[in-house]
Amino acid sequence: MADALPNSDPQTGFPMLRNVGFSGVSVCFSDHLTEAANRAALSFRARVDAAGLPGIIETTTSLTSAFVSYDPTVLPQGTLRDTLAALLEGEDWLAADLPENRRLWRIPASFSGVFAPQLEEAAALAGLTPAQAVDSIAGTQVRVMTLGFAPGQPYLGILPQDWDIPRQTGLTKNLPPGAIAVAIRQLVLFTTETPTGWRQVGRCGFRGFRPEAPNPFALRPGDEIRFDPVSEDRMQDILANDRTGNGAASVEDIL
Amino acid sequence: MTGQLVVHQAGPSVSVQDLGRPGNLAFGLSPGGAADRLAHIEGAVLLGQGLDCASLEMAGFGGEFELTADGCIALTGAPMITKLDGQPLVWNASHSVLAGQRLSIGSVTAGMYGYLHIAGGIDAPAFLGSRAAHLASGIGALLRAGDELPLGAADGSGRAGMKITVADRFSGGVVRVLPSVQTALFPAETLARFEATDFAPTSRRNRQGVQMHFDGAPFAAGAQLTILSENMIAGDIQMTGVGEPFVLLPECQTTGGYPRIATVIPDDLPKVAQASPATPIRFVFVTHEAALKAHRPPERYRLDVRATLQPLIRDPRNIPDLLGYQLISGAITGWE
Repeated sequence: MADALPNSDPQTGFPMLRNVGFSGVSVCFSDHLTEAANRAALSFRARVDAAGLPGIIETTTSLTSAFVSYDPTVLPQGTLRDTLAALLEGEDWLAADLPENRRLWRIPASFSGVFAPQLEEAAALAGLTPAQAVDSIAGTQVRVMTLGFAPGQPYLGILPQDWDIPRQTGLTKNLPPGAIAVAIRQLVLFTTETPTGWRQVGRCGFRGFRPEAPNPFALRPGDEIRFDPVSEDRMQDILANDRTGNGAASVEDIL
Repeated sequence: MTGQLVVHQAGPSVSVQDLGRPGNLAFGLSPGGAADRLAHIEGAVLLGQGLDCASLEMAGFGGEFELTADGCIALTGAPMITKLDGQPLVWNASHSVLAGQRLSIGSVTAGMYGYLHIAGGIDAPAFLGSRAAHLASGIGALLRAGDELPLGAADGSGRAGMKITVADRFSGGVVRVLPSVQTALFPAETLARFEATDFAPTSRRNRQGVQMHFDGAPFAAGAQLTILSENMIAGDIQMTGVGEPFVLLPECQTTGGYPRIATVIPDDLPKVAQASPATPIRFVFVTHEAALKAHRPPERYRLDVRATLQPLIRDPRNIPDLLGYQLISGAITGWE
């Protein structure tokens, strides 16, 4: 069931409420990735959480949707849909402010040598020199648009238009945790060793998933990240000596 | 009375499971938990213990086990050829096991996932409120020979010699589905053909999903060729456009970019998980109202199964109308 709402854009039908099986409802703001649609999803999820509806099990976001997992034996589907429609109404979500409780992480990262095996290739696809490519990535304060694929693994964006490059058709075997890879105007900061179609352009010592820690997920959706370029030597030093998982990153609240 | 479960030999996919850890979707972690949640609950009923007591999930093949202290076990889910010191054990039942006895659990005789429950539960380390291994995320691990798993205190629970009666869910059949996030992108005739098509699991499967084989053209979504990743839940049926669809199981990823034609209702998902390769399955759309009516949350299912609980061997002294039974009908003289 796909439902445009009375106040949805008549051209696009967004925002759109869609049922997902027995216990899910998705609120989608766009069928393509934009900064505004991601912001809308993050903001609307925060609004749903604040409403504190009994019967909601948990909420989350994808790149451009908010998602509600609920217990239909407590909260009837119709009631949830009506409530979500009411919460959507009267606000231009694409112009909404980002939610509170977000943090800015400054993470030292190396974009050279052994830590950047595909930088040249990725830069060429983006029409940039390797130096310009690093300036572009390090110069963009990226947002955790969503976490997924592996626990605590962020999809970061949105990079400048140059970076609208495809994933490679083949898979790179086993990028290490901390690898920074690029495609389709996004960065992924890998949390587990995994094969991938994204091209590795850098490496940091930040671990997004820390199963041994009281809070195993370092990042929250909406957090922002700035990668501060460091030398290959400095990165080797961080990787060899960091025991916290932070990889010498600093963090501050976004006010 | 606590002890350990010693693993002398383990099948290729044996892991500690419970009902999983909801609440972490936003961090990219799906709830996970037993592939056949009903079987986990059934074991808790047989042993008279809480649903939070972890069990062992065994895909296809069990292993060789031993308890270091006298205890009580229950066997549920896909039936497996099982012996205790060489004596066959009945499935869907609870049994006493003495310290040092050899519990041998072999191949499934139907279905995919069998479960071994031990009174007190397996006291594996809890992570975010659950002991369930989430293999795709590197939480917990498959069991190996030589593992010794601590057991929880049985607290007087653990009644041996009980059995339950449960509905068959190992033979495939009709599986009820609801619309999912991209159902509306599929043309009506494609959805009709989806419901009229015979599917069967292939051998490509794990705790994340089951691949389904079918004969015929691919089920393609209209309009959009590329679909932005959307949130995904267990039960979703992913159509890859070419090739064969997957039904997602509890350990699935939290987002995915393939269009999903429908979602299996939670009450029928165990039937899909338990369908062995080539077991026929038909998907049929139902209304959300019908799914709600059919839904049995864990606590409700626990009560329903408990109502079927009875002694494994009926003691004649406990049969009140013993004299009413035709105890000699069918007897033969022996020289016929």
